[in-house]
Amino acid sequence: MTAFVLKRLGFAVITLFAVLTIVFFIVRVLPGDPAMAILGDQASQAALNALRARLGLDQPLYVQYLQFLGGVVVGDWGVSMVSGRPVIQEILKVLPATLELTFVSLVLGAAVGIPLGVWSAVRRNKLPDYITRMASLLGLSFPAFVSAVLLLIVFAIQLRWFPVISSGQGTTLSDRLRDLALPAVNLGLIMAAYITRVSRSAMLEVLNQDYVRTAHAKGLAFATIIWRHCLRNALIPVVTVVGLYLGILIGNSVLTEIVFNRPGLGKLIIGALNQRDYTMLQGMMVIYTLIVVLVNLITDLTYGLIDPRIKYS
Amino acid sequence: MTDAATAPLSRAAYLRSAAVAMGGGLIKAFNANKTSWVGLGGFLIVVLLAVLAPAIAPYDPLDQNILYRLKPPSAEHWLGTDFYGRDTLSRILWGARISLAIGLIAIGSAMVIGTLIGMVAGYYGGRTDIIVMQVMDVLLAFPSLILGLIVVAMLGPSIANLVIAIALTAVPPFARIARAPTIAVKNREFIEAGRALGYSDLRLMFGHILPNIAPEILVMGSLWLATAIRVEASLAFIGLGVSPPTATWGGMIREGFENILDSFWLALFPSLAILVVVFALNLLGDGLRDAIDPRLRGEE
Repeated sequence: MTAFVLKRLGFAVITLFAVLTIVFFIVRVLPGDPAMAILGDQASQAALNALRARLGLDQPLYVQYLQFLGGVVVGDWGVSMVSGRPVIQEILKVLPATLELTFVSLVLGAAVGIPLGVWSAVRRNKLPDYITRMASLLGLSFPAFVSAVLLLIVFAIQLRWFPVISSGQGTTLSDRLRDLALPAVNLGLIMAAYITRVSRSAMLEVLNQDYVRTAHAKGLAFATIIWRHCLRNALIPVVTVVGLYLGILIGNSVLTEIVFNRPGLGKLIIGALNQRDYTMLQGMMVIYTLIVVLVNLITDLTYGLIDPRIKYS
Repeated sequence: MTDAATAPLSRAAYLRSAAVAMGGGLIKAFNANKTSWVGLGGFLIVVLLAVLAPAIAPYDPLDQNILYRLKPPSAEHWLGTDFYGRDTLSRILWGARISLAIGLIAIGSAMVIGTLIGMVAGYYGGRTDIIVMQVMDVLLAFPSLILGLIVVAMLGPSIANLVIAIALTAVPPFARIARAPTIAVKNREFIEAGRALGYSDLRLMFGHILPNIAPEILVMGSLWLATAIRVEASLAFIGLGVSPPTATWGGMIREGFENILDSFWLALFPSLAILVVVFALNLLGDGLRDAIDPRLRGEE
């Protein structure tokens, strides 16, 4: 077990290192001069040089690279070129809002998707199965901003049940829930579409196993067989796939945050792109990489909790 | 001495039989799952509308008419007009050309590059395999929208750069998909027989392994084309699409979104257009995958 955790941890560190290297060179090598982006193209050469020195851009590339890596480790991610505040502070300020949104959506997606997938598999090739399959296929055909715009048109503009612009700053629980409802439903339903499909195919594979027939033969209640015996075994592929879909979830959360005007990483990265805030962009890529690598690690380690038969080797 | 029965197939005859086998496999796959036909039909209709856009669009997509701003759907403008009085239907028809062109070129290139990488990694195995797939996994770990966003933001929003950004995110999945069946196929007897006959690696890979894995790759291609159209629209919605005034679906939703409180149909119709194409492609690819996937074969 320890050896396995260490191995996965080592792999996570290597991935992190590789992506950080790519991030550093993407930001440096691609066209566009950060100093000129900040001061405008009318700036004098002296002002440009002074700013470059202040940002450390006059150092040789390998020095900048080492400083960047060292900074990431100790939590010094540089200062935003626009606001002048430390990048890590700006990110940590909005990170909870994004995590709240993605976590609630994931729970919602699992709560809707897993039972639907199981139902669909049990009623295979019957009407409920066809409807569920079509609905989930439709669900994952929605670009997140399209579904968000449609939700906004129906529930906020036509029915006026929810605010058109959620502040995400509500202090009372009911305020927060009202702000969270539409964005979470938007992300949650798309996740549910993916989870339904994986749960269905995982269940189908399990349903054909010998031990399920044995369970039926010894007269166990149908519900017991499905929920206790089948689902537990079907959950592993589901967890794996949810881990894989994290990238989609993150991309969708950016679009959702923009449509609902919700503070979070999404709005931060769009702002940084529009203002060419290179240090902020670099920090955003670091945080996204950290999240992805961390979730993959947790996914790997979760297998053992779901299925004690898995030997870590 | 050699008679017709024992003579090796001529190259042309061989290619013909391989093509027939592949085509037959695909048609069988189509018939196994009727929804694939529906998906294919829907997609072809959209392609046809896009190709015919210059002939059938009722107005010039860029023609502004200040007197007819933000009009709801009517007999003259079936889907209404936008903020500049441009005809929404015409813009949707012309926008289809951009979405399809970017999607097809990006996924076409990703398919070729990714398949090559996957086949080489799977065929040679060993260290090449480990290193190549590790690089692919690192790329795969990064959220594709974020990667696309950064590439386009840095290179600038043009059709070529959008194609690069989208293709970049789609290469790793194709490499993964091509690698697994390559490993499975390369140990089969017919490949060993080919090797014994002294066929070169290239001939084995392209002449014998590729036809075997092609159906799977094509199916993934249709699913990824759906994703590519979604990502292109998403980037345009963020403001990183082909520059205005060119009509793109994502861009139209972005503009419509600014007037969403009084003219919600501006965002609604291009949204439905995206949904129709992506859903049709997903129906097509999903049905075919069910039919081709060996784990699901023989069921029903």
